Amino acid sequence: MITSFLIDSLDRRGRIVVGLLVALALLVPAGNLLVPEGSAFHVSTYQLTLFGKYLTYALLALSVDLVWGYCGILSLGHGAFFALGGYAMGMYLMRQIGARGVYADPVLPDFMVFLNWKELPWFWHGFDMAWYALLMVILVPGLLALLFGWLSFRSRVTGVYLSIITQALTYALLLAFFRNDMGFGGNNGLTDFKDIVGFPIQAPGTRAALFAASALMLALGFVVASAVVRSKLGKVLVAIRDAESRTRFIGYRVEHYKLFVWTLSAVMAGVAGALYVPQVGIINPSEFDPAASIEAVIWVAVGGRGTLVGPLIGAVAVNFGKTWFTGALPEVWLYALGALFVVVTLFLPRGIVGLWDRVVSRRTKPAKEMDGSGRRAGEAA
Amino acid sequence: MRFLRLLAIVAALAAGLQPALAGRIADADLSARVAALGAGGFDEVETAITDLAATGDDRVPAILDRLGEGELMVRKADGAVFFADKAGKDYRLTDPVTGADAGPAPKATVEKIKVNNRIRRAIASAVGALTLMSPDPAVRRAAAEAVMKSADAAALPALEQAIAVETVPDIRAAMVAARATALLASDAPESDKVAAIAAIADLGSRDALGFLSGYTSADGAVGDAARKAAAAIESRLMLWDMGQNLWYGLSLGSVLLLAAIGLAITFGVMGVINMAHGEMVMLGAYATFTVQEVIRTSWPGLFDYSLLIALPVAFLTAALAGILIERSVIRWLYGRPLETLLATWGVSLILQQAVRSLYGANNREVGNPSWMSGSFSVGDIQVTWTRLWIILFALAVFLALIAVLKRTRLGLEMRAVTQNRQMAAAVGIRTPLVDALTFGLGSGIAGLAGVALSQIDNVSPNLGRGYIIDSFMVVVFGGVGNLWGTLVGALTLGVANKMLEPYAGAVLGKIILLLAIILFIQKRPRGLFALKGRAVEA
Amino acid sequence: MTDKAEGSLLYLDDVSVSFDGFRAINRLSLVLEPGEMRAIIGPNGAGKTTMMDIITGKTRPDTGDVLFDGSVDLTRLDEAAIANLGIGRKFQKPTVFESHSVEDNIALALKGRRGAFATLFHRRSAAEQDRIDALLATIRLSDKRDLLAARLSHGQKQWLEIGMLLAQEPRLLLVDEPAAGMTDAETAETAILLKDIARTQSVVVVEHDMTFVRALDVKVTVLHEGSVLAEGSLDAVSANPKVIEVYLGR
Repeated sequence: MITSFLIDSLDRRGRIVVGLLVALALLVPAGNLLVPEGSAFHVSTYQLTLFGKYLTYALLALSVDLVWGYCGILSLGHGAFFALGGYAMGMYLMRQIGARGVYADPVLPDFMVFLNWKELPWFWHGFDMAWYALLMVILVPGLLALLFGWLSFRSRVTGVYLSIITQALTYALLLAFFRNDMGFGGNNGLTDFKDIVGFPIQAPGTRAALFAASALMLALGFVVASAVVRSKLGKVLVAIRDAESRTRFIGYRVEHYKLFVWTLSAVMAGVAGALYVPQVGIINPSEFDPAASIEAVIWVAVGGRGTLVGPLIGAVAVNFGKTWFTGALPEVWLYALGALFVVVTLFLPRGIVGLWDRVVSRRTKPAKEMDGSGRRAGEAA
Repeated sequence: MRFLRLLAIVAALAAGLQPALAGRIADADLSARVAALGAGGFDEVETAITDLAATGDDRVPAILDRLGEGELMVRKADGAVFFADKAGKDYRLTDPVTGADAGPAPKATVEKIKVNNRIRRAIASAVGALTLMSPDPAVRRAAAEAVMKSADAAALPALEQAIAVETVPDIRAAMVAARATALLASDAPESDKVAAIAAIADLGSRDALGFLSGYTSADGAVGDAARKAAAAIESRLMLWDMGQNLWYGLSLGSVLLLAAIGLAITFGVMGVINMAHGEMVMLGAYATFTVQEVIRTSWPGLFDYSLLIALPVAFLTAALAGILIERSVIRWLYGRPLETLLATWGVSLILQQAVRSLYGANNREVGNPSWMSGSFSVGDIQVTWTRLWIILFALAVFLALIAVLKRTRLGLEMRAVTQNRQMAAAVGIRTPLVDALTFGLGSGIAGLAGVALSQIDNVSPNLGRGYIIDSFMVVVFGGVGNLWGTLVGALTLGVANKMLEPYAGAVLGKIILLLAIILFIQKRPRGLFALKGRAVEA
Repeated sequence: MTDKAEGSLLYLDDVSVSFDGFRAINRLSLVLEPGEMRAIIGPNGAGKTTMMDIITGKTRPDTGDVLFDGSVDLTRLDEAAIANLGIGRKFQKPTVFESHSVEDNIALALKGRRGAFATLFHRRSAAEQDRIDALLATIRLSDKRDLLAARLSHGQKQWLEIGMLLAQEPRLLLVDEPAAGMTDAETAETAILLKDIARTQSVVVVEHDMTFVRALDVKVTVLHEGSVLAEGSLDAVSANPKVIEVYLGR
């Protein structure tokens, strides 16, 4: 039932996206491993890793879009779920180092030896097992979201208030993870990873596999998100976004719906973080920075919120711009990013995808049949 | 002899501070009296000491101190008396009165002036009398505190003498406490010692506690008394500590108030989420820096007034920036708070980078004018002038803002537009102008906050970032749209933060507070002082 | 207290609520029999909308009893639970889900399981489709079923909202100013529609438009300053000197 439920959910555009992602998962690693270096089709390991990182950002953007674009919940703290998933993965990778650390302690990670700790804190137990770590990647962001959402939605904290407390949440976590005695490596975070499920993390094959995993996980996330959005539940979500109290008065318990999509979204963000960490090789508290979470929101806005495809395009496009600018014109990057926020909110409320739809519909249909839906997307929030 | 050394240092310091002090006699007279020290046996030396003490000269304690240390020597050739410092096998001689170098002297050519216990007592009492009975109250106080720290039984006679004639009450109290410490160190009977502990306990200071802690493990009545006294002082000090934390809290609260009060206007009154609010504060701080730079290079004499000059400059800079943002970005987004939030975040990035390009990424130094430096204490509470001025300034800004809202035409129109935009427009209020001015006012106040914060925080492009979340917390906690709520919110959060710090540490305290506010907002989504009813249903 | 409530569909007794010292509802009592249709009139600020807020769980009364079906305490339930008991509400300003199609609007309102997981895996059955088609025919929007609700005219939105209300199959409908902003023809049709509904369900209509109220031809309750001023047929209350004083001033 679930499979048909998932597959049926894709429209034409969705099938193209999923097809593209699967093709990427196969072709890019092949371009890296099989195509010789001089060839025009060769993908360097740097490019592979960089693009793999973008794909995890795209998954994060997708999770933000699910709550913001479809339910009107503007989260300024999704980076927290991303980072928690990342830390769960980081803890697994730390335990894999074993005695190969600088201090060669068979159990304790280097930073704990450095802090003179004698034994592993309780919350580090079990992270030497991959299945446990993967469970935590899902459970930790999911449970935090469940708790936070249950408290917030039940007391009907909405709109900017909710946005601000999500920001406060990630800020509190930022401060907490900076502390050495939290047991997560403090300022430096977790790094110097050696291998993942037995494969050396720097090896080209591992990197290619991680890339493929990111692309496939993004495809899966996309399919799940499409299924949710196209179900009756998805329609209730949009109803909540546009007219929350009306939805209550026809008998939907709004907080349950919000809680469902919020928790699902947090889990997606956590998975994205878990894929991010082995590819960039480090996780530190800066991922909790409120600025990082807001940046994820702008990816969604640039691509087009409430479209599912848009966030993917936005995340890749903005991060490509960031990589290019910070390399070529570092001074200009913040101006460009700042201007992006302003321009998109003022002139492109539906982002790139909305613009595309408008151009296409203008060309194919008479003007009066133009799509009127998106105008209101998010406005009610 | 620690005691003597201390007293001598006190005297030397006092002398250094007041070179023209009346307590000096002619060098020749003093030299003659010093020479008498080397004239004969113990009786003669004792007479000479009394004689020296009688001069009241502030150079005498140092001389007597060196005598006690056995560093005063007679030159066999002429009977003159010198300070002698060991230099290799020989001595280097210094004139004790003028400090003039008298050259080296082989060991055989000088003779040490001998000192026994009787002489030591005489020296102690003479030095004690000189410092403890100095005409300068500051010297007497310093001497009493020095004796208290040294807790030397040898000081007892001098103290007794000084206490008998001391007229300034708190100096006398210090002396009594000093006598008590000396008594405890002496071999006085237990009952005297218990009384002494009571006298020390009366002081109630940290020094007293430190001193008593040396006796809390003692047996018998003295130990009991010390333990009781220490406990009493500890609880008293805890009260003072709380007072100090309360003060820190009020100080932090006033900073939060300054940062949040502009937000209370733009967010609370207009409903505009301005994420660039922190950057308005930052602009105010940089305006202050610029004003100081101009003054430093062109009119250095005006430096003490630099902050006063910076106030209008910072206000106008931030207000103009605010009006510009409102007219160019925010006004297109009214009624869409989440979009406003994102757009103003973009503006904040641009402003940060602009300031970074103009002024560089490093911290900029903003000086304190003289009337803002230094500190004083109230009881055991340390109060710095900077913090005091900032508290007063925050309150002044707050009251001025209330007055603007309640008493001026602009305030009236602002409230009208907030409550019913269409109606306000219908009665002829130019709502776009009011919007711009309101936003300008809120931003200008943030600029004023920047002037104050430049005195206590690093002036860097990231200055604003640190305050934006706190400011929102204050406004939301206090109740949106309610300025008094912002005041109470700011002070409550400030005090709560500083009260938590001693138990939880700075970072954990802040985290606890953030989580507490998050939970509080769940409970009361509209803050402490929420408006109720249909007007706010949205 | 429940004795009096027995047999009634909606029972309000001695209900008061105030906002910041202002008493919006003042010791209001009102009883509605099953199958009854009632018109509520009153000047602005009489507490009509607040009364609806209380019945539907949006506002909690400070004091008083609000019972549904003679025994269910509505003051303890939230909006969703009250809606699922069978109380439907139409707002003064028509609120439909503008980014959904007309058909989806009806489908969302259709009586059925409201749980998050039930809706996630929900597939529309043939019976549901028939019901939707029938409702669309009733509210005369069959040909606009695929149109986004945002693109309907004001009157059509009012009708769509009534259709959504019917889709919930409520036992009690609260209708706030259904004729507001409608043309005369639309108003007349709306009155007919409501009377049609009232044959099977209880209806409370709040309205300003006296022609509309007259067309309904039901018992009228006059609210003033949060409490009941008069009750009876429209002719009777129009003749009531207190009502005349409130409406026309001294």
